Amino acid sequence: MADVPDNAPEHCPGTQSEKAGKSTACQGCPNQTLCASGATKAPDPAIAEIGVKLSTVKHKILVLSGKGGVGKSTFSAHLAHALASDINKEVAVLDIDICGPSIPRIMGLEGEQVHQSGSGWSPVYVEDNLAVMSIGFLLSSPDDAVIWRGPKKNGMIKQFLRDVDWGQLDYLIVDTPPGTSDEHLSIVQYLSATHIDGAVIITTPQEVSLQDVRKEIRFCQKVKLPIIGVVENMSGFVCPKCKNTSQIFPATSGGAERMCSDLNLPLLGKIPLDPRIGRSCDEGRSFFNEVPDSPATKAYHSIVQKHMCMCTKHTHTDTHTHEYTG
Amino acid sequence: MEQNNEDNLAQVQHVVLVLSGKGGVGKSTITTELALALRHAGKKVGILDIDLCGPSIPRMLSVGRPDVHQCDLGWVPVYTDAEKSLALMSIGFLLDDPDDAVVWRGPKKTALIGQFVSDVAWGELDVLLVDTPPGTSDEHLAVLENLKKHKVDGAILVTTPQAVSTGDVRREITFCKKTGLRILGIVENMSGFACPHCSECTNIFSKGGGEDLAKLTGSVFLGSVPLDPLLSASIEEGKDFIQSFPHSPTFSAITSISHTLLNSLQAA
Ligand SMILES: Nc1ncnc2c1ncn2[C@@H]1O[C@H](COP(=O)(O)OP(=O)(O)OP(=O)(O)O)[C@@H](O)[C@H]1O
Ligand SMILES: Nc1ncnc2c1ncn2[C@@H]1O[C@H](COP(=O)(O)OP(=O)(O)OP(=O)(O)O)[C@@H](O)[C@H]1O
Ligand SMILES: [Mg+2]
Ligand SMILES: [Mg+2]
Ligand SMILES: [Zn+2]
Repeated sequence: MADVPDNAPEHCPGTQSEKAGKSTACQGCPNQTLCASGATKAPDPAIAEIGVKLSTVKHKILVLSGKGGVGKSTFSAHLAHALASDINKEVAVLDIDICGPSIPRIMGLEGEQVHQSGSGWSPVYVEDNLAVMSIGFLLSSPDDAVIWRGPKKNGMIKQFLRDVDWGQLDYLIVDTPPGTSDEHLSIVQYLSATHIDGAVIITTPQEVSLQDVRKEIRFCQKVKLPIIGVVENMSGFVCPKCKNTSQIFPATSGGAERMCSDLNLPLLGKIPLDPRIGRSCDEGRSFFNEVPDSPATKAYHSIVQKHMCMCTKHTHTDTHTHEYTG
Repeated sequence: MEQNNEDNLAQVQHVVLVLSGKGGVGKSTITTELALALRHAGKKVGILDIDLCGPSIPRMLSVGRPDVHQCDLGWVPVYTDAEKSLALMSIGFLLDDPDDAVVWRGPKKTALIGQFVSDVAWGELDVLLVDTPPGTSDEHLAVLENLKKHKVDGAILVTTPQAVSTGDVRREITFCKKTGLRILGIVENMSGFACPHCSECTNIFSKGGGEDLAKLTGSVFLGSVPLDPLLSASIEEGKDFIQSFPHSPTFSAITSISHTLLNSLQAA
């Protein structure tokens, strides 16, 4: 997998790329001979290290969408809050949106910094049983831009998995940027020596969003990542004054419902547009505590319930197969 | 492609990037509407869509998925109209199956964007708008690097009013400063929603954040576009909103932004 040494030139194709040691950027790089020899293209030893490191994590869930701004980060944060409301569960969120990390703000951790401990980086804690890691904790100011090409982003993701002191976890939730590129390939490859429960796909009801989400589903199929289900977010808005519903993002092609039935995927639920969700995100508070009895909170809880069922079902079949077939 | 296409951008007067650190804030929608507004103002416009994993422009202008043809100068862009006043190039035109995922790492994306910049025979254009994916990574660096030989007028930054969005756009502003890209102004999109049943205004994604960001960073504020279901419906169906709803506040907002943009391009 693509990786870039610290002393590499700006356009380094990555030590594991086909072009390693051979591209024009490699001219004059101290690693050129090594890269050209092919030695760096062997499977990254980090994959096995990560496998060992994360063997204490029971469930790993990716939150994905081909489309931007559909609510991946909001969902990741609130799924984590919901799971962590059981104080016997250890939950963590890993934000691999390297250029646009939203998790620190949404989880009320802006300005926090990561600490170095004996066994690696320590994550930042929202609660005793809710840990978070994001590149946002490594930036010194809110104006800092992370202007990195793919290989450097991949290197960061590798560090997040291998060098963070995650400890024993029941759930690791990974929030991703939109698209099907470096971050997505890297997380799947770096986790390939572990078991990923699957991906939750987030979409909004319009075709402009669904057309990108279908690509993400293809991506999951290509890399053999199971899909736990699809969540339709921002579906309909109930006017607080007259109580009429407006379809601000209209489901012109049948919405997530049609897509799920066409592609034979479970629809986990629909979450309405609610200005209080946006406000809680901006203020870094859990929406569940702010408005516990709203339709959006109920929708979220029902999705989380279904989701947990699928995850536990998975563990059961995993652990019982040997007994029944053995 | 090995043609002599050094000059494919020679007759393009102005190049403007549409950027945002945040996803889904309406970069593609604003690009589309500005292109339509500029065209209605009699300009020849091009859109280069460099969102390779999630191209939206072909659908937003309902051009379908025509084949892209070659000419001596390179790729012929797709035109939305017989007068050829609005030209497009997008990876959407190059895929056999619209649901296919473009699972590419940076270097491959960089290579295609290089081709998009040098090998599209745009001909004469008043303005070329570049629609981008969110972030500050391969696509953004690639397009700027390839446009170095030509003059880039600057960037329009799109944000929603929410802090979650303006926070990411602050980082994008740093990107512009570091890469020497002029900021033409900030657009606040999805600003306030007027209920079509009772006209009560709800700020679903908050309000005023884009304007505050402009003040904070000393950037020009180009205006706010309301959250308008007629706009999202037009975008879904690929209809020309500018033509269909000339009396709506959204129309006034978009046309005023396009006027300010044109003035600042011509003044420069
Ligand atoms: N159901 C909802 N109702 C109202 N606002 C919402 C809802 N879901 C999300 N939001 C708001 O919409 C915006 C986009 O959400 P979010 O940042 O979670 O999306 P994302 O998919 O992670 O975006 P990106 O692609 O940039 O990572 C945020 O400002 C969030 O507060
Ligand atoms: N002012 C508006 N009123 C109503 N709907 C809007 C408005 N602006 C954008 N939308 C809708 O919001 C959705 C997201 O917009 P769009 O695709 O333009 O965002 P983007 O920033 O290009 O997203 P991405 O980061 O995925 O490229 C689209 O369905 C679009 O129709
Ligand atoms: Mg996000
Ligand atoms: Mg877009
Ligand atoms: Zn109303």
